[in-house]
Amino acid sequence: MSPSGKALPVRLSLGPIQYYWGKEKIIDFYRSVETTPVDIVYLGETVCSKRRSLRLRDWIEVAERLRSAGKEVVFSTLALLEANSELGQVRKLCANETFPIEANDMSAVQMLAGKTSFIGGASLNIYNSRTLRKLVGMGMTRWVMPVELSQNVLADFRQEMPVAIESEVFAWGRMPIAYSARCYTARAHKVPKDACGYCCIDYPDGLMLSTREDEEFLVINGIQTQSAKVHNLVHALRGSTAGADVFRLSPQSEHTPEVISLFDQTRNGALKADEATEELKALVSDDLCNGYWFNQAGMASYGATGSQ
Amino acid sequence: MELVCPAGNLPSFKAAVDNGADAVYIGFRDETNARHFAGLNFNDAQLEQCLAYARNHGTMVYVAINTYPQPANFAKWERAVDQAAEHGVDALILADIGVMEYAAEKWPELRLHLSVQGSATTHEAVRFYAEQFGVQRAVIPRVLSVKQVEALVRDSPIPIEVFGFGSLCVMVEGRCYLSSYVTGQGPNTFGACSPASFVRWSETDSNLETRLNGVLIDRVNKDEKAGYPTICKGRFIVNGETGYAIEEPTSLNTLPILPELLRIGVAAIKIEGRQRSPAYVAKVTGVMRAAIDACMRDPENFIPDEDWLSQLTSVSEGVQTTLGAYQREWQ
Repeated sequence: MSPSGKALPVRLSLGPIQYYWGKEKIIDFYRSVETTPVDIVYLGETVCSKRRSLRLRDWIEVAERLRSAGKEVVFSTLALLEANSELGQVRKLCANETFPIEANDMSAVQMLAGKTSFIGGASLNIYNSRTLRKLVGMGMTRWVMPVELSQNVLADFRQEMPVAIESEVFAWGRMPIAYSARCYTARAHKVPKDACGYCCIDYPDGLMLSTREDEEFLVINGIQTQSAKVHNLVHALRGSTAGADVFRLSPQSEHTPEVISLFDQTRNGALKADEATEELKALVSDDLCNGYWFNQAGMASYGATGSQ
Repeated sequence: MELVCPAGNLPSFKAAVDNGADAVYIGFRDETNARHFAGLNFNDAQLEQCLAYARNHGTMVYVAINTYPQPANFAKWERAVDQAAEHGVDALILADIGVMEYAAEKWPELRLHLSVQGSATTHEAVRFYAEQFGVQRAVIPRVLSVKQVEALVRDSPIPIEVFGFGSLCVMVEGRCYLSSYVTGQGPNTFGACSPASFVRWSETDSNLETRLNGVLIDRVNKDEKAGYPTICKGRFIVNGETGYAIEEPTSLNTLPILPELLRIGVAAIKIEGRQRSPAYVAKVTGVMRAAIDACMRDPENFIPDEDWLSQLTSVSEGVQTTLGAYQREWQ
């Protein structure tokens, strides 16, 4: 909701690329994004500091092109920091004065608070309005709800929260659901992280982990673990009373522009949510889920009304 | 170096005190703490008994209120803070920023520790909590190597507490949704990982299968011992190979690096296991007490006693131990 209390149209954002892609693939990907109707683009490496296909200078070039194409551009910070060198990377990113920052860990918040406005990422653990207010007081202008919280919780937030803050939800893609010191991609290759050989570049959409009944369960992405099912909130774009301002779509190596288009058509009313879901299903080979939105197990899947 | 031990009931509490804990940490009987299990934890009267026993023995009592309240239930966490504060506990172990702000405003004299669930892994993150809420100690996730812990201790504005023994969370605490993804209930919101109500053990002709909300976590031969179906300790298929894709059932054990932890200036060693038995608490507390004392007397010549190691291994998950992320090769 806007500060005047009037409902604004939902905006679509493109989250940071979560996987390790080569430089050319990344550049091509963002070229293809320039002409899509996505409103906000988050850039940068959020998973592993060893992935350096692009230098900061390259990222800024990508950012400037996207901005020329009319996109709001944000740089996202690493979610899990361990070494002082990683802290240095985040500090460098936070020191740029051109593009706003999505803080994905409290180190970044500490660097930005009181100095400049920032966006609070989904891994900041904002679970209640007292926490939210505290961070708004320190300069946070938009927050991303933790993926495990429901539409009811978001609605509760809306009741209590200051109006001058935008709420964003993770609306499409494989959800990040855990981080570790250990690299599971390297483990699958039977090497320690320090000798990983950058093997995750071979898995542009992550590495599938299945149960022994061959049920696709989780996706390994370096030190990050994702849901194997693709989270889909296209049905919440219209008619949801929860009131998210921004819907985040998470990049996959294929079909991201089509996904953006389907969400855009749905928000404009050109497509019904059920039709969009059918088309989205046709694009990805994975099952869809939305359980968290209905306060259930994240892997569960419900109809738009919440019926299974 | 302080020894901080777990207790989920009064006998465990006494066992920790009797065996040499410097501080014992406990939680209330609800989802305000990260060991929200049936039959575990303390009510008002029991907390009072703990405090009386601890005071007689010169032991400190910390109360963990380290899960994340939501708008609809925030008041419950406020009550937990008030309850602990009114009893005069020695410190609160908190994770949520909102709860921390409440505690710091309402009980400015009360000592606050940042829980491992707060996911602070850098001196900048720790500084945030120290500056904003006067937090006096941070417990850090089990993700840093010894070298990284050393750098953090050096640069942190407040003392650092690390895990020394117990079941190993391999994911960053406070940011792991594996359990809620499968069951709808996880550590952050419900205070439990892989809750027992979702666990099913079933026998087939030759196997024993363990499931969590229907998802097959492990399958063992009938003559093997099946572990509790914690998702990260299950066996799965990756690239066509079946195995422990995330981690084996194992416990963290820092006895071999105790002199290192002492040298780099770690302020306290925490033992995991509020859900474990009084016998576990007694054994682990006793061993760690003896080890820390020996290490502090003569760190140069400290060698873990074989008997200590075998005692700890006997109460370890999967009857094996690891140094976890402290050791770079593990990562």
